[in-house]
Amino acid sequence: MQDAVLAMLAKEPSHGYHLRARLQQSLGPLGASMNPGQIYVTLARLEKAGLVVCERADGLPERPDRKVYALTPAGQQRVAAWLTEVNWPKPDLAEFHLKLVAAAAARLADPVELVAAQRRELLRRLREVQQAALAEPAGSAAVLLLEGVVLRLQADLRWLAACERAWSKVDDEAEDA
Amino acid sequence: MNVVNAAVRVHGLVKNHGRGQGRVRAVDEVDLEVPEGQTLAVMGPSGCGKSTLLHLLGGLERPSEGEVWLAGRRIDTLSERALARLRRRSVGFVFQAFHLVEELSAAENVELPALLAGRSRREARRRASLLLERVGLTGRARHLPSQLSGGQRQRIAIARALANEPLVVLADEPTGNLDTTATLDVLRIFEDLRSAGQTLVIVTHDERVAATADRLISMRDGMFVDDTRLAGTGTGWLGGLIGLEG
Repeated sequence: MQDAVLAMLAKEPSHGYHLRARLQQSLGPLGASMNPGQIYVTLARLEKAGLVVCERADGLPERPDRKVYALTPAGQQRVAAWLTEVNWPKPDLAEFHLKLVAAAAARLADPVELVAAQRRELLRRLREVQQAALAEPAGSAAVLLLEGVVLRLQADLRWLAACERAWSKVDDEAEDA
Repeated sequence: MNVVNAAVRVHGLVKNHGRGQGRVRAVDEVDLEVPEGQTLAVMGPSGCGKSTLLHLLGGLERPSEGEVWLAGRRIDTLSERALARLRRRSVGFVFQAFHLVEELSAAENVELPALLAGRSRREARRRASLLLERVGLTGRARHLPSQLSGGQRQRIAIARALANEPLVVLADEPTGNLDTTATLDVLRIFEDLRSAGQTLVIVTHDERVAATADRLISMRDGMFVDDTRLAGTGTGWLGGLIGLEG
């Protein structure tokens, strides 16, 4: 998120509260839990790293909301580098996969039941995201982000369906043996 | 015991297709109660019996065994004629292939069920115009179905299903023929119906459609294998997805 805050400063120097408002507008319901102080923590770290400078508006008392932040040359370079990066979040499925394998091996639980419970949880999340997406006003930038979350959940549900089929087959073969 | 607030209730429901060796039990001793105002999604692989179940609920097919009740009235023992009348007045159907009358305009398609149920032309027209507005197609009232996109046709079909203020709307793969954008339009309408308290049963293979429902039943080989409550389980998960330090 540090990179995103830096990149937002590329447009123009800005107050912390203004950055936070822009973040929340882009994130919609996903930005709901961002507390007011967080942006200043991030900005302080960026300042310490020499990526932004902070100018206090003249003649005003020292308060965080009076400060204007701007990119340093190093900050500009970092933004340029960030834009060309192709990093992507890792799909984190190994843990659940190992849970199924371990549960089956030790006969701790029926993997098919574990898959079913996980599916219920993901469907509830899907419902939550979808309702949030439908509730967004027309033209909201956050809709596209919510759509991405929906599609990810759908992919995960499809993988769970594959898990269910595979582990059901294991069950059937065990019964036949 | 008569459960007053169940819009739909089935008990010991069985439906066999075919005879002798080739006999298939499409629905296998199913019990179900859908309270008034609930939206229920039924999912399962093709051939699991979910469409047959929907047909049985709406009186389009008769069960081999068991009972079907709509709003406290047993319907599987009704005469053909009485059943047809009940379907017209109390059940709204939405199908994958829309099934609109191609020779009639969008508005006329929506008016038709009210006219068939014996309402005046004026009343039918008034209701149709309200419903077209509700599905966002007021501007398409005079178009023929062939002049509309798939998504628009399905929205017309949903408006038609609502024409007689049905006790229950039954939808069979309502987004099966639609692209993503059109699916979202239909989801928006289902969400609107859900919050308006319309009893709704949707058979679907699309998780997004299922996720609009309050409750989800999974079917395999004619039986229910899971019955999950989706509504009222919000965990605030969404708001926690993004932290500034993440």
